[in-house]
Amino acid sequence: MAQLNNGVAASVTQKQPLWLLAEVTYRCPLHCAFCYNPTDYDKHTKNELTTEQWISALRDARKMGAIQLGISGGEPLLRDDIEEIVAEAHKLGYYSNLITSGVGLTEKRIQAFKEGGLDHIQLSMHDVTEDISNFITNTRTFELKKKVAAMIKSHGYPMVLNVVIHRYNIDQVGKILEMAEALGADYVELANTQYYGWSLVNRDQLMPTREQLDRAEAATNAFRERVGNKMKVFFVVPDYFADRPKKCMNGWGEVFMIVTANGDVLPCHSARVLPGMTFPNVRENGLEWAWKESPAFTKYRGMEWMKEPCRSCDEKENDLGGCRCQSYLLSGDAEMADPVCTKSPNRHLIDEALVNSQNPLVREQPIIFRTDKNSKKYVEGDKERIAQFHALP
Amino acid sequence: MENNIQHADIYAIALHHRFQWEEAQQSYVILFPEGMVKLHGGAGEILKRVDGKASVGDIVADLKTTFPDAEDIESDILGMFDLAVGKAWLRKLN
Ligand code: SF4
Ligand code: SF4
Repeated sequence: MAQLNNGVAASVTQKQPLWLLAEVTYRCPLHCAFCYNPTDYDKHTKNELTTEQWISALRDARKMGAIQLGISGGEPLLRDDIEEIVAEAHKLGYYSNLITSGVGLTEKRIQAFKEGGLDHIQLSMHDVTEDISNFITNTRTFELKKKVAAMIKSHGYPMVLNVVIHRYNIDQVGKILEMAEALGADYVELANTQYYGWSLVNRDQLMPTREQLDRAEAATNAFRERVGNKMKVFFVVPDYFADRPKKCMNGWGEVFMIVTANGDVLPCHSARVLPGMTFPNVRENGLEWAWKESPAFTKYRGMEWMKEPCRSCDEKENDLGGCRCQSYLLSGDAEMADPVCTKSPNRHLIDEALVNSQNPLVREQPIIFRTDKNSKKYVEGDKERIAQFHALP
Repeated sequence: MENNIQHADIYAIALHHRFQWEEAQQSYVILFPEGMVKLHGGAGEILKRVDGKASVGDIVADLKTTFPDAEDIESDILGMFDLAVGKAWLRKLN
């Protein structure tokens, strides 16, 4: 989002859902340790919305002002109607973005996307070295990504690479950027893992050290200096290392509206983790009601819900108290200041996590990969930990 | 600030960017991967004239005719070009 700039270009002022994120399926051929999908995603893989239901959701959201459309998952390409959805999105005037791991992207499909008017494809890359990539995704898909990257480029799409950064690849940020340059990337997002969903389960194993982070930032800056405007690099720092929280989702119910595979409408990826909340569903409630009036969307919109220290904090407009889900997941209190904030009584939880991740005994625990079997375990254990944020600069 | 922008320059909307009118926002917007920009009245009027054919000079002249009462409109226009080029929303064709 652009900032206020000479009074000529400004970010959004009123509350309209500018961004519609369609998580069309939670099925996925990969098993990433850092996946931000719900740890109980297994129970959401059934009962997916039909093509017609998606198309009418797109129409309704567009009428309410949504312009940017993200089609993600899971792996969206596991649905065979993405071509149809994309074409409809284009007719409606969306700027559409397919977020894919690249698995399932064929020459034939990409051609149909191009003809249908898809605006860009964001490819998630894991690492430069096949070893690490295949280790983290638990599959041998890395070679394929390279082919897919070339395919995206050859169809005239902007090449947007998203690389999730964690302890196992952070030392290779320089090389990752070089590879992105060689592939012809126009945008690269180096998104440090945020700890929700599967990545929270694996937090101690994934979290880099402060020194690793500093080196990675220095490498990124050196690269930027060399390459200039040709390639935009976004480096998303993990909030655990900051002393103020992120303005989660740019504010609850301010800009983003997420429709999940089964039609639930969420203000943020991980909202389902919060206790005592019922979310609207496109099958029963209109999107308009969901956005404007549903208890789920109004509950944490704005600043009314805050308690101390946020309520009287003079920085509250900057971060709106941070992330409700992170606060709940770490402290059990959804309405407390995000534990990342040094003014929060729960900051010690973050500091302890930082210390733990340096503890060799904890960090050498095996990583729990995202698999159906593990997901069932979480459904049963009712340890629902859901996701957050798709790294948006 | 606007010393880079010349009257003879010709610009187009940058690749992979889209400029369009948004009914819900009642304004023009520029859309691009992972982001958008909403353009307030004057900025929208300027950028909607950027079509890969009209030079900056043409656009200045056109806007002066369209808004005869606006004062010092030229430096506003050049300032907007400067901003849009700096943000890589526009690409230079000549
Ligand atoms: S992070 Fe990995 S497992 Fe999770 S949805 Fe994306 S590609 Fe699939
Ligand atoms: S106390 Fe609350 S509002 Fe203030 S900076 Fe911390 S999280 Fe933000």
